[in-house]
Amino acid sequence: MTNQTNPPSLYAPREPIFPRRVTGFFRRFKWAILIATLGIYYVTPWIRWDRGPSLPDQAVLVDLASRRFYFLWIEIWPHEFYFVAGLLIMAGLGLFLFTSALGRVWCGYTCPQTVWTDLFILVERWIEGDRNARVRLHKAGWGLHKWRLRLTKWAIWLVIAVATGGAWVFYFTDAPTLARDLVRLTAHPAAYITIAILTATTFIFGGFLREQVCIYMCPWPRIQAAMMDADTITVAYRDWRGEPRGKSNTRRSQATAVQIEADQQATGANEARYPGTLYREAAKPVASATQPDSGPGDCIDCMACVNVCPMGIDIRNGQQMECITCALCIDACDDVMDKIGKPRGLIDYMALSDETAERAGEPSKPLWRHILRPRTILYTLIWSLIGIGLVYALFVRSDIELTVSPVRNPTYVTLSDGAVRNIYDVRLRNKSGQARDFRLRLTSDDVLRIGLEGTDDLTIKVPADTTVLQRVYVTARPQDRAATSATTPLRLWVEDTTAQTRASKATNFNGKAN
Amino acid sequence: MSNRKKDDVTGTETTGHSWDGIEELNTPLPRWWLWTLYLCIIWGIIYTIAYPAWPMVSGATKGVLGWSTRANVAAEITAHEAKNAKLVTALLGTDMEALPANADLNRYAIARGGSVFRANCSQCHGSGAAGAKGYPNLLDDDWLWGGQMADIEYTVRHGIRNEQDGDARYSQMPAFGEILEKEEIAAVVEHVVSLSSTDYDADIAAAGAAVFAGNCSACHGETGLGDRAQGAPNLADAIWLYGGDRQTLTNTVVNARFGIMPAWGPRLTEADVRAVSAYVHSLGGGE
Repeated sequence: MTNQTNPPSLYAPREPIFPRRVTGFFRRFKWAILIATLGIYYVTPWIRWDRGPSLPDQAVLVDLASRRFYFLWIEIWPHEFYFVAGLLIMAGLGLFLFTSALGRVWCGYTCPQTVWTDLFILVERWIEGDRNARVRLHKAGWGLHKWRLRLTKWAIWLVIAVATGGAWVFYFTDAPTLARDLVRLTAHPAAYITIAILTATTFIFGGFLREQVCIYMCPWPRIQAAMMDADTITVAYRDWRGEPRGKSNTRRSQATAVQIEADQQATGANEARYPGTLYREAAKPVASATQPDSGPGDCIDCMACVNVCPMGIDIRNGQQMECITCALCIDACDDVMDKIGKPRGLIDYMALSDETAERAGEPSKPLWRHILRPRTILYTLIWSLIGIGLVYALFVRSDIELTVSPVRNPTYVTLSDGAVRNIYDVRLRNKSGQARDFRLRLTSDDVLRIGLEGTDDLTIKVPADTTVLQRVYVTARPQDRAATSATTPLRLWVEDTTAQTRASKATNFNGKAN
Repeated sequence: MSNRKKDDVTGTETTGHSWDGIEELNTPLPRWWLWTLYLCIIWGIIYTIAYPAWPMVSGATKGVLGWSTRANVAAEITAHEAKNAKLVTALLGTDMEALPANADLNRYAIARGGSVFRANCSQCHGSGAAGAKGYPNLLDDDWLWGGQMADIEYTVRHGIRNEQDGDARYSQMPAFGEILEKEEIAAVVEHVVSLSSTDYDADIAAAGAAVFAGNCSACHGETGLGDRAQGAPNLADAIWLYGGDRQTLTNTVVNARFGIMPAWGPRLTEADVRAVSAYVHSLGGGE
């Protein structure tokens, strides 16, 4: 007990991260994606689509109250939810495909958390200045200057956050009407509550939690590790080329010592904040063919890659769960390599197997061989099959539909003349924009008669975009075979008398032997 | 506590747990996580004050917001009734014979009648309205007292052979066991069988025809087609309320039958009576 050291705290405060501004290909690419994704998000609910007088004219609309989902010319009814399920499966498989081929591109470029955080950091830089200014402001006391900058920043964040939640609700009801109601304060409370919740989450997640969401809240980083392998293209550091690191030409004798020092510079003594994996230790070169152990590496330990990182990690520590592969460190490092006259690509998109090959002096695999692997081909195949299936289902479905549920309580009814009657609850769907007359009939190998409840003829008017429940009677006379046999197959048809389209469902007729 | 170990690679303290040489690092939790926990605890306390929560000796604490599922259900029912008020008014004002022509109102009446039926009528007539021995099947086209909308409504409202309602439909078949001889009963049963079947003894049936004409035809009609005014069943069709075999028929003739249905007028609301009548009328036998 005399030896007891102070136990470390069980809880660690968040260490603030001040990503430095960076320019380069990937930064420009990310700006383009940010504009594209936010543009789609904000503009989509406002696109109009003419569907005729009795249907909404919003191109993309999730009409929860009427249980309809409109997407351009496609209208999904609740019983067709398999389309949505299919799309979700495709989205999942697509994510698997991209992750196994290109690593965490979803996280780095298109995840809303990344996009909005990027936007918030941009605002932060506009208001408070670049990394150094922000670090100074962070350390400064709460004076007038700091309050002014902070409040300005928070105000702009809040505007973005409100706009984020505000755009979301427009997907669920007619956008222009809702916009008017929102301003007049007459919209449904659900709209205001949704906006309030999304405003709060956007403001907190984009402004303050940022990388904490990715590291501690999101399950994806942990799942994605299982999708990646040594052939996956990802953001990596050419260890063999960079080590041993040194400032200018001063050579560090021991690579391990350099590493520890780098960690300390990043985080303070003895506290490696986000320790890397064992990769760099395990794959440490004994002697490299292209880079003799005697000379200093290309890495000048300028910390540019660490300073620009929105996750606050050091990519030189190897693959890490925290890395969202946003590739900003590539831009930062390429910039430095250009300045010191070394070739680009010390940090680069590459596969881990390339790193090993290059270290051994072998040529690395061409890009297509990394991407075309059994695993990615299989994902693509399954993804395409589901896609083709959905498109097929979309094109074969007709404007009219029926479902038949035979009433089996009782299994059949005996009429006074000894005839046997079966009852069917038939739901007739008219998915067109006009009221239609539907005519019902049946086909069967045996003699059966059809009748409808409440009408003498076999035609029913079904209003536009609705389902009508119709009680249908099928009767076999006492002398008919169907009356005495156990079951007789039959097919119920519905025909649109205007459009000449029809649909059918097979069902069974129960006789007395049943 | 002196055996604290540090991981060589990361410098992080370990928990001392080791599996196959893999050691568990004692990485600290983020502090905001701790705040979230405290916030949840505070939220939990506020929640249990605001809403019914703590179990006491006789029931749980009520909560200061006065929230209760029972009140919510009552409010929902009230809201629902307010929503349907127009339809109910229309249903009360409509001529029942004209109801099927009014599609929207008819749909409402049938849906409402369906739930009234399942709650009040299905105990005897079955959830599918197929009836049982002694309880008529409401799906077929055979009616004891009439299958017009008005007939059904009257039956529902006043019932059959009950003592509570003076307007209840009433008739009584005599127990012929005390009136007829055994042979006469056997003969009349054979005659009744002959009305709807081809499998009978022609001689006995012929003798029974005379007995039938003398004792039964007043109610059941000369040809056995029944009389709806008296609730006398049609004996010539394929449907039997109690059974059409000789033994059951003998039992019926000897002891008679006296099926009772309660009057629903006093038990149900006017709208419910109309709705359940419309529902029964819509099941396939309505005339």
